[in-house]
Amino acid sequence: MTTTAPPATPPDESTPAPPRTSWALLRNAWRGLTSMRTALVLLFLLALAALPGALLPQRSLNQRLVTQYFADHPTLAPLLDRLQFFGVFAAPWFAAVYLLLMVSLVGCLLPRTVEQLRGLRTPPVVTPRNLARLPHAAQRSVAEPVVDVEERARGRLRGWRTRWCDEPGEVRTVSAERGHLHEIGNLVFHLSLLGLLVAFALGKLFGYEGQLIVLSGGGQFCNTGILGYDSFRAGLRVDGTDLQPFCVRVDDFTAAYEANGQPASFTAAIGFQTAADVAAGTATWRQATLAVNHPLRTDGSRLYLLGHGYAPRFTVTYPDGQQRTGEVQWRPVDQTTLLSEGATKFARPGVTDEEQRRTTQLAVTGLLAPTSSGGQVVTSVFPALDDPEVAVDVLRGDLGLDDGRGQSIFTVDRSKLDTGELTRVARKNMRPGDEITLDDGTRLRFDGVRDWVSLQVSHDPAQLWVLVSAIFVLAGLMLSLAVRRRRFWVRLTPDAAGGTRVELGGLARTDRAGYGEEFDRLTAAVLGTRPDDDVQESRKTEDGP
Amino acid sequence: MNDVVLAIYSDRLFMAAVGVYVLAMALHAAEYAALRSAHEPAAVPVAVGGSASTEGETGAPPPPDAPVPGRPVRSRADRFGGAAANLVVLAALLQLGSIVTRGLAADRWPLGNMYEFTSAVCLAAVVAWLVVLRRVPALRAVALFVLLPVVILLFLAGTVLYARAAPVVPALRSYWLVVHVTTITVSSGLLLVPGIASLLYLLRRSSRGGALVDRLPSAAALDRLAYRTTIVAFPLYTFGVIAGAIWAEAAWGRFWGWDPKETVAFVAWVVYAAYLHARATAGWRSGRAAWINVAGLAVVLFNLFFINMVVAGLHSYAGL
Repeated sequence: MTTTAPPATPPDESTPAPPRTSWALLRNAWRGLTSMRTALVLLFLLALAALPGALLPQRSLNQRLVTQYFADHPTLAPLLDRLQFFGVFAAPWFAAVYLLLMVSLVGCLLPRTVEQLRGLRTPPVVTPRNLARLPHAAQRSVAEPVVDVEERARGRLRGWRTRWCDEPGEVRTVSAERGHLHEIGNLVFHLSLLGLLVAFALGKLFGYEGQLIVLSGGGQFCNTGILGYDSFRAGLRVDGTDLQPFCVRVDDFTAAYEANGQPASFTAAIGFQTAADVAAGTATWRQATLAVNHPLRTDGSRLYLLGHGYAPRFTVTYPDGQQRTGEVQWRPVDQTTLLSEGATKFARPGVTDEEQRRTTQLAVTGLLAPTSSGGQVVTSVFPALDDPEVAVDVLRGDLGLDDGRGQSIFTVDRSKLDTGELTRVARKNMRPGDEITLDDGTRLRFDGVRDWVSLQVSHDPAQLWVLVSAIFVLAGLMLSLAVRRRRFWVRLTPDAAGGTRVELGGLARTDRAGYGEEFDRLTAAVLGTRPDDDVQESRKTEDGP
Repeated sequence: MNDVVLAIYSDRLFMAAVGVYVLAMALHAAEYAALRSAHEPAAVPVAVGGSASTEGETGAPPPPDAPVPGRPVRSRADRFGGAAANLVVLAALLQLGSIVTRGLAADRWPLGNMYEFTSAVCLAAVVAWLVVLRRVPALRAVALFVLLPVVILLFLAGTVLYARAAPVVPALRSYWLVVHVTTITVSSGLLLVPGIASLLYLLRRSSRGGALVDRLPSAAALDRLAYRTTIVAFPLYTFGVIAGAIWAEAAWGRFWGWDPKETVAFVAWVVYAAYLHARATAGWRSGRAAWINVAGLAVVLFNLFFINMVVAGLHSYAGL
């Protein structure tokens, strides 16, 4: 948190400015930066700077929408991209605004904290000479002597910080003050806000997030390295060498749906071993249940159930009797019916000739309906696995697996079909147990369907501190808004008849809204009357000049 | 009573509430008109920033009753206004009934989609307004301007945003829905009141408002109304955002991810923080602070509607 440019450029060394001038420049710049006005402007800038992050698609959230935006706005998008509008929260200008705001905050807070500590020890200020000029003021004569009124005022002002003084002519005055908690709340709020930002930043530095897909019914993974994940977002200080090596096994997955196909609940029964279990070589698995809104928390990380889908299982029996079974996840193309698409790929075993091995690869591609409509064209009518059916194309030839290019696990390279390197050898709708025989005698059987779950591991070592800071932010905020710092003065002057002339004055130091009622009550209590009696003859409007 | 019947009751109660709100608004309009006409002969009861304004008495003109000594006769404006205020209470009760029966019909907390959310925001605004009215009766002339956006929002809720009573997706089945969505709803409703008060304050201060606004309470009273409701709503809103972050940590794997809804919630929070700071900054205290408060309401409403209806994000299952 030290990367901010100083608000004023230091004087160039080759032309040494008079030290006094440069000092004044620095000081003025610092004062400017830490003034409330600057803080306000920076707050606005922050709000303004965050807006494109909401209105434009963000790379960190949805790369697909960003690509779509580029296609829709071919001239505007590159311009916005140069301004980093598609990654607002990582942009230097956004960082500049909030770092300046933080510096401004610190510069504002330090002197106030010092002043507050000092203010706690100094007694309230002396009673002003002319109380009638204060925003709240009243005066009245009472029949009782000064001592009696003073007694009553002392009783009423219990809990206030008071300072009683004598003035010439037997005059007694009291200066009372209350509401230091306002300022303390204010400081707590701002300091916790700083703490929150620091904890947030630490989380970004040392946290990570990884997603992966695991087959239900025994699929396992261990958090040992980045390679185990399908996608991984590492914090700036994370290189993947120091993860907490816990292991997870997905035993079972259950989904429940409403009659209209809307999901009602997802749960996965899992077993897991903590990093300590793994290190100790334990053979047993701890049982846990993952569900939406119910992550597993272990080893300082959290494991989430993000989604699910289906993986069809195919068995290929080659003419020579060798068997291979393929079972990979297919991806849902329709979230409401979970109609899925995918490609299960096979390489013929036991072939030594490189060329032959490459050209006899098989791919089973197509659609999977968890609950088939039963029609000629396979469509899904319900997301649960009630009556599965697949519509597959069996492709044979060169899948391009050896081209050295990355390939999606859900599709085959269509260009190989165009060039004829890959040909379709069968097309069929199959239910579990169905079998097709290809022209070369190879048999393909559709065995059944398994669930897969997509999981996310999240690690944020600082998030507890974010929560603690947030709670203090809220507490400080409530304190500073609920408590008003206010002052109350009374001057008791004996009059000729043995009574007392009472002058009262009030001032709310922070925000003037709402002190009036309390002032009236105080006044009434000191005078020994009820509120709303006619004591406010010199009462001024709160928002007077 | 089965769920379908309850859902129908809920819809009927909603319509009844809207009807009563409209009636109350008409009466408040009549009150407003009567105030104006009644006021003309009396010339100067309210000077902006004058010396008469005290805490409870907010500068609405004392009705210039016939000069009958003794107990003053209630003016026409007063009778209209009193009746209207009672109707607002009735409408709020009807609306509460609608929300409760909706929850019973769907067998869940009745804040699961935009229709229910908007209805609850309006109810929160109305209840906040009734509390204000009870504490400071002299502010009653503002009622018309509070009810106007409420009725518009309810109309939109009942037409464009309407959704039948139904269960929600698994992600929304959490007690954090109760905590997070309720606090956000209530605070959004509360923030409607200061936004309107600040807008009226700006109109009141400017010379352009003319005859339409000079029956409003004094600018100082409006400003105080805006500030006092904001300092209640803002901590609640802050709590709602924090609760949302806690829920997001359990549901989405991170407590804050700059999802569009989160981003605009952050922007709104910053704007209201700016409002509170402006109140303590010389030169920003009056007009500019009011503008900021109005901007805050604009951002909250933008977040409530535009973000859900137009921008795709994780919060989009909240309806539409």
